[in-house]
Amino acid sequence: MINVLLIVLLISLLYLSIANRLLTYIKILAFQGVILFGVALIELSEINTVNLVLILLETIIVKAILVPLFIKYIIKRNNMTREMEPFIPNFVSLIIVTTIIVITILLSNSITDTHLEKISFIVALSTLFTGLFIIGTRKKIITHVMGYMVIENGVFILSLAVGNEMPLLVNLGIMLDIFASVLILGVFVNKIGDVLKDVDVDQLRNLKD
Amino acid sequence: MIGIYLIIAFIISGILFFNRSTRLNNILLIVYLLVQCFFTLYEYNHLNVIELQYFKPDALGILLLMTLTIVGAAALFHSHLYIKDHQEKPRSRGIYFSAMVMLITAMGAAYLSNHIAVTWIFVEITTLSASALIYHHRNERSLEGTWKYVFICAISVTLIFIGILFLSMAMRQAGSTDLTFDNLLVKASVLNVFWLRLAFLFIFTGFTAKLGLVPMYTAGIDAKDKAPAPAGALFATVLMNMGFVGIFRIYVVISHTTIFAWTNSVIMIAAFLTVFVATVYMVKVKNIKRMLAYSGIEHMGLVMLGLAAGGIGYYAAILHIILHAFVKSSLFFQFSQVYKVFQSKSIYDEGNYFKYNLTGAMVVLIGFICATAMPPSGLFVSEFMIFSAMFKAHQIVVLVLIMILLTMIIWAFGKNIFKLLFTPVEDFDDTHVPKINPLHSLSQFGLIGLSIYLGLNPPIQFVNLIQEAIKNLPH
Repeated sequence: MINVLLIVLLISLLYLSIANRLLTYIKILAFQGVILFGVALIELSEINTVNLVLILLETIIVKAILVPLFIKYIIKRNNMTREMEPFIPNFVSLIIVTTIIVITILLSNSITDTHLEKISFIVALSTLFTGLFIIGTRKKIITHVMGYMVIENGVFILSLAVGNEMPLLVNLGIMLDIFASVLILGVFVNKIGDVLKDVDVDQLRNLKD
Repeated sequence: MIGIYLIIAFIISGILFFNRSTRLNNILLIVYLLVQCFFTLYEYNHLNVIELQYFKPDALGILLLMTLTIVGAAALFHSHLYIKDHQEKPRSRGIYFSAMVMLITAMGAAYLSNHIAVTWIFVEITTLSASALIYHHRNERSLEGTWKYVFICAISVTLIFIGILFLSMAMRQAGSTDLTFDNLLVKASVLNVFWLRLAFLFIFTGFTAKLGLVPMYTAGIDAKDKAPAPAGALFATVLMNMGFVGIFRIYVVISHTTIFAWTNSVIMIAAFLTVFVATVYMVKVKNIKRMLAYSGIEHMGLVMLGLAAGGIGYYAAILHIILHAFVKSSLFFQFSQVYKVFQSKSIYDEGNYFKYNLTGAMVVLIGFICATAMPPSGLFVSEFMIFSAMFKAHQIVVLVLIMILLTMIIWAFGKNIFKLLFTPVEDFDDTHVPKINPLHSLSQFGLIGLSIYLGLNPPIQFVNLIQEAIKNLPH
C-alpha cells in the first residue's frame, strides 16, 4: 500500500512537469499533501499517538488545505495570469524530470545499506530535485514558492524513513515546513503583491553588480 | 543559565517590539547589553559544562560568543545613532531593535549549542530576524533583497535539514539516536561513510548561505547591502561566524573518519572558487558597501583554505574569523558616516573624505590596511599562518593562484578606498555636509585596535582557548 502511494506521488511529479496552469500546480500540491497523510499514517506505526496526530494534522491541514488555499488567494489578489511561463518547453521538462527519476533509481541501486527503504528514498530524492528544477526554470515568483513546497514534501518523505526511531526529526521537519511557509508566503502576501504588481523574476533584477 | 538568558532576551525582544517610548527603549537595550555581558562571563567561567542537555559552552563557542558580545554592543550603539539620525517612527524603531536583539541572542545560542538540530533551529531564527532588519527601509530594493535572502536561506536550511537526516541514517548503523556533537565524535569511527558523505555535502552547502561561500553566498551580499549599516556589520561578521561554527563542528567529527581527505578537497574547491568569485566582483563593483561584503566573502574563503590545509591552518582559521569580525564590523559602522556625508553608496559620488571627516577617514584608512592584511594588522598574522600551512600541505599551485587573486583584490580594494579618501569629486556640493562627531568613531578605533592587539600579542588565555577549540582535530 505504501509503495502504491509513493509511486502515485512520483507520477504526480511527471504531471507537475507538464502542467501549464498555476491552478493545476495548486491542485497537485494539495493532492501530494493527501498522499503524504496516507504515507505518514501507515509508516509511523511505532511513535506515540499524540505525536502521530500532530504529524497527520500537519499534513492534511497545512499541506493539503491551508497552503494551497493561501497560494490561490495570493494569485487572485494579485491578478496573476494563469500560465506558468516556463523558460523551457514542457516536453523538455518532462524529459528532465524523467532523467532525474532514473538517476535517483540508479543511485539508490548502488547503495548497499540494509536499512534503506529504496522506494521511499527514490521518491524523496526525485521530489527534492524536481522542486529545485521547477524553481530554476519557471518565471513567476509564485512558482518558485510552489517549487519550494515540493522540496518540502520530498524532505517530509525522507524524514519518515527515520521517523520511528527519531520522531524528533519528523517534528523538526514539520516545524521547518510551517515556519518556512509562513515566512515565505508572509513576505509574499504582505509585501511583494503590494509593491510589485505583476510579479515575475524579471522585476527582481535590480540588485546586482 | 542559558535558559534564563534566552527567556530574558526573548522577553526584552518582545517588549521592544510593542514599546513606543524612547526612554524605555534605551533602558531595555542597556539591560540587554548587561545581560549579554554577564552571560558571556558566566559561560566563560563554566567552560564545557553541559546545560539544558543541548548546550555546551566549549572553547570555540566561548571565543565566538565574546566576539559577538563586543561586536553586538558596538552594533547596538551605532543602531541607536542610526535610528536617531533617520528620525524613525517608534514602530519601525521597535521592529528594528526587537529583530536585532533576537538576532544577537539566536547567534549566541547557535554558537553554544551542542546538538546539530538545536543549532539548526537557531539558524532558522536568525533568518527570520535578519529578514526583518533587511526590510527596514520598506522600499522596492530592500524588498528584493529580503525576498532573495528569505528564499535562499529557506532552501539552505532545508538542505541542512536533509543533511541532518542523512546524518541520522549514518548514526543508525552505529546503533545510536543521539545527535549531539559529543556523541557524534565518540561514534565517529563507526558511522556509515556513505551517508556521512552525503550528510556533509548537504550540511556544508546549507551553511554556505550563512558563511558566504560558493555556491550560496549571493543572498548574503544583497542582505548586507540593503540592511542598515549596523545590521550589515552583524551580517558580515558574526552571522558568518555562525555558519563557520556549523561547518566546523561537523568537520571535527569527519576528521576522525576515512573520508577526511575527500572532505578537505571539497572544502578546498569551494574555498578557492569563493576567492575567485570575490576577486571578479571586487574588481567590478562600484558600491562601497557591496565591496566590503565581497571582501568578507574573500576572507571566509581564506579561512576555509586554512581549515583544509590543516596543521597550523586550524589555529589560523579560528584566529582569522575572530579578527576579521572586529575589522570588518568597524568598516561597516564607518560606512554610515560615509553615507551621511555623500548621500550615496556609489564610488563615483564619493571622494576627498579626509576633508569632511578627519577621524572617520582615519578609520577607513586603518580599516583598509587591516582588512587587506598588511602589517601591523592582526589579520596579517593569521593570513601568514594560513599560507605557511598551505605550503606545508604541498598545495603550492593553489597558493600561487590565491596569491595572484589576492593581489588583484588589494588593487581593487585600494583603488576604491583611495578614491574615497583623497580624490575630490567634481561638482560635489559640500555646503550641506553635516559635521560628524569624532566620538562616534571611537568604537571603530577600539575594534581595530583590539584586532591588532589580539593578532600581534595574543594573551595566553586567548591562545589556550583556540588551542582547546582545535584539540579534537588531527595534528
